[in-house]
Amino acid sequence: MFKKTLASTVGAVLLLGMTACGSSDDAGGAAGGSTSGGGDDAITMGFAQVGAESGWRTANTASIQASAEEAGVELQFSDAQQKQANQIQALRSYIQQQVDVIAFSPVVETGWDTVLQEAKRAGIPVILTDRSIDSPDDTLYATFLGSDFVAEGEKAGEWLVEDSAGADQVNVVELQGTTGAAPAIDRKEGFESAIAGADNIEVVASQTGDFTRSGGRQVMEAFLQSQPDIDVVYAHNDDMGLGAIEAIEAAGMVPGEDIKIITVDAVKDGMQALADGKISFIVECNPLLGDQLMELADQVVAGEEVPKRVVVEETTFTQEEAAAALPDRQY
Amino acid sequence: MSAQQLAAEERGPGLVARATGSRLLWPVLALVALLVLNTAVNPGFLSVEVRGDRLYGSLVDILKNGAPVLLVAVGMTLVIATRGIDLSVGAVVAIAGAVACTSVATAPDPSSPSAAVVGMSTALAVCVLLGLWNGFLVSVVGIQPIIATLVLMTAGRGIAMLITDAQIITVNNPTLNAVGAGFVLLLPVPILISVGVLVAVALLTRRTALGLFVESVGINPEASRLAGLRSRTILWTVYVFSALCAGVAGLMIAANVNAADANNAGLWIELDAILAVVIGGTSLAGGRYSLAGTLVGAMVIQTLTTTVYSIGVPPEVSLVFKAVVVILVFLAQSPQARGLLVRRRRRPAAAGSPRGGGRRAPGDGAGSSGGTGSTPVREDAPQEHQEVGRA
Amino acid sequence: MTTPERAAPQRPPTPAAPDRGPDQRAPVLAAQGLSIEFPGVKALQEVDFRLLPGEVHALMGENGAGKSTLIKCLTGVYRPTAGAVLLDGRPVSFSRPAAAQEAGVSTVYQEVNLCPNLTVAENILLGREPRRLGMVDGRAMRARAAEVLEGMGVRADPGSALGSHPIAVQQLVAIARAIVVDARVLILDEPTSSLDADEVEELFRVVRAQRDAGTAILFVSHFLEQVFAVSDRMTVLRNGQLVGEHRTSGTTRLQLVGEMLGRELSASDAAPAARGDDASDREPVLRARGLGRRGGVEPFDLDVHPGEVVGLAGLLGSGRTELVRLLFGADRPDSGTLEVGGRRLRARGPRAAVAAGVAFSSEDRRAEGVVGDLSVRDNMVLALQASRGWARPLPQRAKDELVEEWIRRLDLRPASPDTLVRNLSGGNQQKVLLARWLITRPRVLILDEPTRGIDIGAKTQIADLVLELAAGGTAVVLISAELEEVLRLAHRVVVMKDRRKIAELPGDCSFDDVMGLIARSDDDHAHHELAPAGAERRTA
Repeated sequence: MFKKTLASTVGAVLLLGMTACGSSDDAGGAAGGSTSGGGDDAITMGFAQVGAESGWRTANTASIQASAEEAGVELQFSDAQQKQANQIQALRSYIQQQVDVIAFSPVVETGWDTVLQEAKRAGIPVILTDRSIDSPDDTLYATFLGSDFVAEGEKAGEWLVEDSAGADQVNVVELQGTTGAAPAIDRKEGFESAIAGADNIEVVASQTGDFTRSGGRQVMEAFLQSQPDIDVVYAHNDDMGLGAIEAIEAAGMVPGEDIKIITVDAVKDGMQALADGKISFIVECNPLLGDQLMELADQVVAGEEVPKRVVVEETTFTQEEAAAALPDRQY
Repeated sequence: MSAQQLAAEERGPGLVARATGSRLLWPVLALVALLVLNTAVNPGFLSVEVRGDRLYGSLVDILKNGAPVLLVAVGMTLVIATRGIDLSVGAVVAIAGAVACTSVATAPDPSSPSAAVVGMSTALAVCVLLGLWNGFLVSVVGIQPIIATLVLMTAGRGIAMLITDAQIITVNNPTLNAVGAGFVLLLPVPILISVGVLVAVALLTRRTALGLFVESVGINPEASRLAGLRSRTILWTVYVFSALCAGVAGLMIAANVNAADANNAGLWIELDAILAVVIGGTSLAGGRYSLAGTLVGAMVIQTLTTTVYSIGVPPEVSLVFKAVVVILVFLAQSPQARGLLVRRRRRPAAAGSPRGGGRRAPGDGAGSSGGTGSTPVREDAPQEHQEVGRA
Repeated sequence: MTTPERAAPQRPPTPAAPDRGPDQRAPVLAAQGLSIEFPGVKALQEVDFRLLPGEVHALMGENGAGKSTLIKCLTGVYRPTAGAVLLDGRPVSFSRPAAAQEAGVSTVYQEVNLCPNLTVAENILLGREPRRLGMVDGRAMRARAAEVLEGMGVRADPGSALGSHPIAVQQLVAIARAIVVDARVLILDEPTSSLDADEVEELFRVVRAQRDAGTAILFVSHFLEQVFAVSDRMTVLRNGQLVGEHRTSGTTRLQLVGEMLGRELSASDAAPAARGDDASDREPVLRARGLGRRGGVEPFDLDVHPGEVVGLAGLLGSGRTELVRLLFGADRPDSGTLEVGGRRLRARGPRAAVAAGVAFSSEDRRAEGVVGDLSVRDNMVLALQASRGWARPLPQRAKDELVEEWIRRLDLRPASPDTLVRNLSGGNQQKVLLARWLITRPRVLILDEPTRGIDIGAKTQIADLVLELAAGGTAVVLISAELEEVLRLAHRVVVMKDRRKIAELPGDCSFDDVMGLIARSDDDHAHHELAPAGAERRTA
């Protein structure tokens, strides 16, 4: 532990020295970038992925890798295994290598200021993907490309409001993502704001299932015992929804009929369950943002103006749409 | 109090005497308190009904969901009794699930019983190998257990991800599913397996000399060696057994959701298992162990988790809630803490406790170091308060 | 303030020392009538002791004589049952060791109790670091430490980690620490046990310099040579009693050894042991040839016959414990052969020895003998059960019968099989340990200091048991710190010295024969070998 801290401290010191040296011959970000690119114009991108914790993430990685190849971008990829320390290390090494642009999906929201300052001083633009950071200084990154989790929650809520129009009383239990994670917070917020207007919909219980199937199943089992009358499950991701299906079936009920399930993500297993009628509605959280990312990278490196927030193109799926989309679903 | 008297009257060091020692009193009370709390919030909490081929109710869910922790904790109990610890069980859980599901998913007929049997056997064989590795590091190479098993704890999840290619492997195999979510004789299969293993281990260690050897090696390895015990073999065996237990638990966890999740399966289960063992009154310093205590400990932990879900403790404070309950149990168990409380309450009423002489029940105040009148009789030195760890 | 010289309660019949002329200096630290009792054992009985300023005073005695206990009473670790500790003539009662240190009494223990991962300077000044603006002033600290070390003539970088230095330097650092606190009394508990000859010389140089500066130094050692080399006066303890206080220059080795090993003529029970018929006619049950272990004991030959008690005589650290450990396979020999009952013992280790019928009761009862948190019953059956394997448990009834039988035969108190062994007195623990081995019906029983630290009643019982076993045909190898006991019980006496077997004497040899052997050759072996004696092994 100590050694690691020491190593990163030494790294940081070295880095400061280097950036200090580098700035003297550095006329601007673009000039600095061209040095590593060599003769040709190919962009070098350093990408620090969160990890490989879910099917969604794997699809996300695959999309970025494929798009980079297609766009002729030289991709330096690193997997942080869901540890911020690893990710910071990766970012520092990209800065040292003087890549043209850095993209990453932050593991957590906070604690990025220092390393992003370093990138800024080195004149390397940063693109956030999928997840944002929490910092008062929004000049630390060029743009944030990602899903709008609040919008996802809203879409889920709007579908429910529409679906339950005319019903007397709809009791919803919510399976939250990992406590404190941005998607969990935002999807909860978006959903609540969407159903705020509908008097007949009420969230009767809400607990974290840690985005896992096991968690979803255990929490749902407890809900089934403690809540006498559950009409709808709103799960912050497909996996927890799939766990809830197991719990509902084990209780002798039929998911999709006795209890409706709404989830977010639309990974393959979730789409299958949707097509099978066990899930009622899925809001897509599109991991295929590779093309959009490469396009943004091009613009950023060329010094063009880009919007601070770019939302990934996403849709929603009903059971019928799922059955149609399933055959060519990539992930 | 009655449990204490019972223990005092119980002749012979049987399971019952160990189970009813006063160290178990407090965790049992905690368990009861949690159940009462749940019932107060949700009057139907204790009700159990028959639905189809199974019992249905919160208690059943607690038993079923507590089964993996219980099983891991049984293996951990023996490891801890030898003065060791096995941090790698969580990783082994993940590997077992990964191996089983990957094997089933790639079988010619992924839903056949034979695919499940092959997958589960392969997984358990792998776990035995992992246990052999841990045991080798501890007993032959002589690395401290906490470090030796840390190796696999760190590397194991990576291995599991290699096996699953970092994907969640979903399978649909009724035979495999039965291990995690099936019912036999109205009861969930996982709890039948865990309790079955627990009873088998209790019988095996108490009816044979295995328990004596394990405790002896844990309390005093050198004296045991000089008495002619195969300390090394015993150590090796408990680590293999621990890994095997973790492997079966891994199968349960994967089967329960029909998927192997290398990232999350068994995450932190090693800590829950250690906690269960300690709540059950087995000292981390090794030696005397209580399997009944481990059972109670595992149930306290699972009930606590379920309580958080059912009474609606907000997720933000649920960890604090759990911590408070666990600390209360430990404080109640600690003779020092109890002593402080008692002394404050009735200062004048001192002395009088009969000195030495009669038999002390195994659990009975074994940790009353220097507290009351029953000072251990020693030849020359009031120096080592070994009992501290026994709390 | 001259304390009249007191005669020891049980003075040896050696000529009264003419050298104990009254010393006019007032003692800086003294004990008067100090007694301390632990359950079952009188560890110190009315011990008087005087430590004068500017002297090196040796505290002598065998294992269990009460040396450590006396030191612990002097430094506030133990509170004496009776008697007083006087500092500058005034009674003091240190509430804890730190209080003793504050009063100027510093102790350097056998196992250096410093922090190996801190620097030399930090160790020397721990707790009294020079500060600047509330922060530890590292530079000033190193400077101060360097100054102290230089004053002692020790070369060690104050900034280096203590653990990187040899034990000898660590000892010196411990002494430096004592000097920094301006200790007027410096107690060194077996400081030389793990030093080689040169290191000992270095240590002594520092010790003498401190003495000359006026510090009173109490030096505990069982190495006669060193005691004679460095000390000015000495106090000898045996069995918790004072047996002599002498000026070193007028004391002979013979006299000292005699006092340490004890010669209790009062022992009317010293009637010659009932010797069996000449056991050596029979085939030996145990035969060692050239058995040895580097750093332990030099290769030796030894035969032990059925029905024979072979006693091992020698001072602490003479290699007697190491020798018997090799016989049992507790340590691995690196030369020689061992036969039991005519069959060569190839697999070396306790299991093989037990299987061949050899049993071994270690001198370190608590660390290597009993399993404290197990019951009397479990402890007693442990060895037999181990030889049967885990899968063949002793039937409960057989177990109970065996245990009941041995509790009765050995008169164990309390006579309950369910008592945890750690709650028993030393003597009773020893009995449990004996029972563990006797239950296995061994052919050879090795007893390393079975009577150490136990009360006189249990001692007699164990002695009787040894004779009874021998009469029944068991071969016994016996170590005792009390030569009297060895002579009383043994049919043959093996004399050990400096990790060598130096002689074998018949059982009717005299006290003086043995003592002469041990004391005489001292001059030939001016220095002891490196490595700590097995007798001092402490298992954590």
